[in-house]
Amino acid sequence: MYYNALGERVSRRRYREMLAAAKNRRELIAAGLHNRRDLFKMGLLTGTGMLVAKNGLSSRAWAQPFQQGPQNICAGAGLPASPPTRSFIVPLPIMPVAQTVSSLTPAPTIAPNTGAGEVRAAPHQAPALGFPFPPPKLYRFTQQAIQVSQSPDLPLQTVWGYNDGHHATSPGPTYAAHYGVPQLTRNINALPPLSQNGGFGMPSVTTHLHNAHNPSESDGNPCDFYEIGHFCDQYYPNVLAGFNSDHQPNGDINEALSTLWYHDHRVDFTSQNTYKGLVGYYLLFNQFDTGNEETGFRLPSFPQFDVPLVFADKVYDPISKQLAFDLFSLDGIMGDKFLVNGQIQPFFQVEPRRYRFRLLDTGPSRFYEFFLTDLNNLGAANPFWVIGNDGNLLPAPVQVQSVRIGVAERVDVIIDFSQFAGKTIYLENRLNQLNGMGPVNAGQCTDVNGNPVPTMLAAGQGNLLMQFRVGSGHVQDDSGNPATQTFYQLPSTDAEPRITRTFKFDRLNGQWSINGQFMDCHTFRFQVQQNSVENWVLTNATGDWTHPIHIHLEEHQILSRNRQPPPLAIERSRKDVTQLHPQERVLLFFRFRDWLGKYPIHCHNVVHEDHAMMGLWHVQAEGDDVLVP
Amino acid sequence: MSLAGLASFAQASGIAGIAGIAQAAGIAGGLAQPGTAEAEEAVPSPRERIRRLYFPNVVLRTQDDKPVRFYDDLVKDKAVTINFFFARCEEICPLVTSNLAKVQRLLGDRVGRDLFMNSISLKPEEDTPAKLKAYAEMHGARPGWTFLTGAPADVELLRRSLGFTNPSAKVDKDLNQHIGNVRYGNEPLMLWAACPGQARAEWIVESVSWVMQPAAKPAMARG
Repeated sequence: MYYNALGERVSRRRYREMLAAAKNRRELIAAGLHNRRDLFKMGLLTGTGMLVAKNGLSSRAWAQPFQQGPQNICAGAGLPASPPTRSFIVPLPIMPVAQTVSSLTPAPTIAPNTGAGEVRAAPHQAPALGFPFPPPKLYRFTQQAIQVSQSPDLPLQTVWGYNDGHHATSPGPTYAAHYGVPQLTRNINALPPLSQNGGFGMPSVTTHLHNAHNPSESDGNPCDFYEIGHFCDQYYPNVLAGFNSDHQPNGDINEALSTLWYHDHRVDFTSQNTYKGLVGYYLLFNQFDTGNEETGFRLPSFPQFDVPLVFADKVYDPISKQLAFDLFSLDGIMGDKFLVNGQIQPFFQVEPRRYRFRLLDTGPSRFYEFFLTDLNNLGAANPFWVIGNDGNLLPAPVQVQSVRIGVAERVDVIIDFSQFAGKTIYLENRLNQLNGMGPVNAGQCTDVNGNPVPTMLAAGQGNLLMQFRVGSGHVQDDSGNPATQTFYQLPSTDAEPRITRTFKFDRLNGQWSINGQFMDCHTFRFQVQQNSVENWVLTNATGDWTHPIHIHLEEHQILSRNRQPPPLAIERSRKDVTQLHPQERVLLFFRFRDWLGKYPIHCHNVVHEDHAMMGLWHVQAEGDDVLVP
Repeated sequence: MSLAGLASFAQASGIAGIAGIAQAAGIAGGLAQPGTAEAEEAVPSPRERIRRLYFPNVVLRTQDDKPVRFYDDLVKDKAVTINFFFARCEEICPLVTSNLAKVQRLLGDRVGRDLFMNSISLKPEEDTPAKLKAYAEMHGARPGWTFLTGAPADVELLRRSLGFTNPSAKVDKDLNQHIGNVRYGNEPLMLWAACPGQARAEWIVESVSWVMQPAAKPAMARG
């Protein structure tokens, strides 16, 4: 029998937790926190008398006690620490390629088929512009609860995923789409009823195809959500920007997109629903990015050597061992478990040759800086090539030792494993982030002993995200050498903007805002003129916070950061998410072409997004002159 | 007073945390007795887990000087809004409170039946029930909207548990920068979100309705 301080019987597990808590407490006292009263005041004692696990210290807990002291102690965020899990014992899951269906019942209609339960904001724009209807490829995606294993050391998890009729997975099946082949997805909401969400998640959805040059009614606008039993037919024309404007009829090849993703975008609940699993990849191929290393740009062949990776950091409840979401965070949620393609710290067996990896940060709030780490040679730089930013191929590959992305950003990279033949190496995140504010800024804060907390952790001290087991011997590799490759040219940014608009990202008493206003599905902030050029200035008024800002419909180019050209070579590129760093002013170039309708601008730290750091605008034949929308 | 006695005193007087301290003292003092293993502690349901993590059942006092338990009386089985304010706040509070008054008017008699509004004082030692009552009346608050005060430690525990905090210690201690968001949620359905207290009142009503409507019983007599 085990007893607590009150003489009550407790389980052995509870007793072990009590002992661990006592140990934590001794360490905290050793760190100069002297008595129970202090601990309670700090919130380090929970209501049930447990000490908060140290690596799960909540910002809410940390905030109070250090106000008297001169030091600015780094505040952690999040829930109690997850239970332990073993690393690198499960192979990397690969999401299946999405399968088409021969027909849909009822047949798709141009106007929303409300009688059959369809919820869509407007009739399809594409057929009137000459696109076939129905298009040649049809998909039927059912959003439903599924049971998955995310680690052999955790029980099965009930998450929400996508079922294409062949596989029900989370992340969902990977679309392999082609330019010139339009397609339509029927997205069906078959999620479990209210009260069966397992603790978080809103069974009400709208599926955004992130980065697509899509008509508004198929964009997956946050306000176009629909309930259980309803569906939305989303028409994806797979067409280059400019097809209906400055590059008729086929669009501008220099606007080609490669690595897109889809995710739930339900207003106010996107963080919960994406955390619960509603994310997936959408790859877009063409005559250059062919998916075949013997043709076009000769990029490593899909799917064997072209591998999409979905990164997510999550927390599991220490008692139930079920996926946990911090329902009451306003700042951002930090996971202490790192998942790749839905599995905690998997390994991947690779051949000693070039691979293309598509890296996607699905958040909720974390920035990553990816390094290749050889634990037996921590001093080695281990360079690799970035070929695409936000999934858009760069003019030419850029060799790097690391690359940083925020939530919703993607990078396409080429790793040549021939240099690591026979070795085990790791993809490591060395960026230090403790809470939703973003990466730790230099000099921002200290640990409890007064030592400065670094932005970048030493090699091997970061988060080992996945393990590569590199085979040896000679293998075929017909992919091109990144050192000599070139891809698309950047579209010109010389055109005079019709208007330059300014967006101040701010935090007013904890309320995330853009120009002092909040998300509201019935308020359009401004009107963009169809087929016009605009410059947008994004300014960060939130102090030490970093925000990944996403704009729908059109990509942008970063003209300047604080009036200087963007310092990183990989930012001389087309983007759909731009990191807005502390104290920064970023100038963006846009051409809004082809489609009409409503779209949002928002922070893609999904916790900020859900707390109103978003605004709607629309594209119409006539634009307005609102400078500060 | 024994530790157990102290804990029950704490419970009876609604002082949060003393029970926790007593228990922690036991932890540090190693009062737990060794013995044979027994069945593992039951895994709490998701709803129970949320209650334990976020809803301390502290005793607060309403503007009518009535004692209420936060979880049992204010949150359990209800759709609610929760925000923090203080009566003499001259910055954001008047804006949010008058906005919430408009929300209440727009929702009509559903407040107090399908939705319960709660505003908790950040200056509990200053905001007595009488002051809260005057404040509520000044803003035209009607039944179904409860203004709350309590022991400072309890209010602080609630503030932290519900995430009305700032990760910067400097900002967090500045009452003029206190969090102005309004939590909305449905306890039995485990649906929780938040919107800015300064959002358009009509939009707050629409947002709250996402968690409220499912809670309304279709068979409920509405005249």
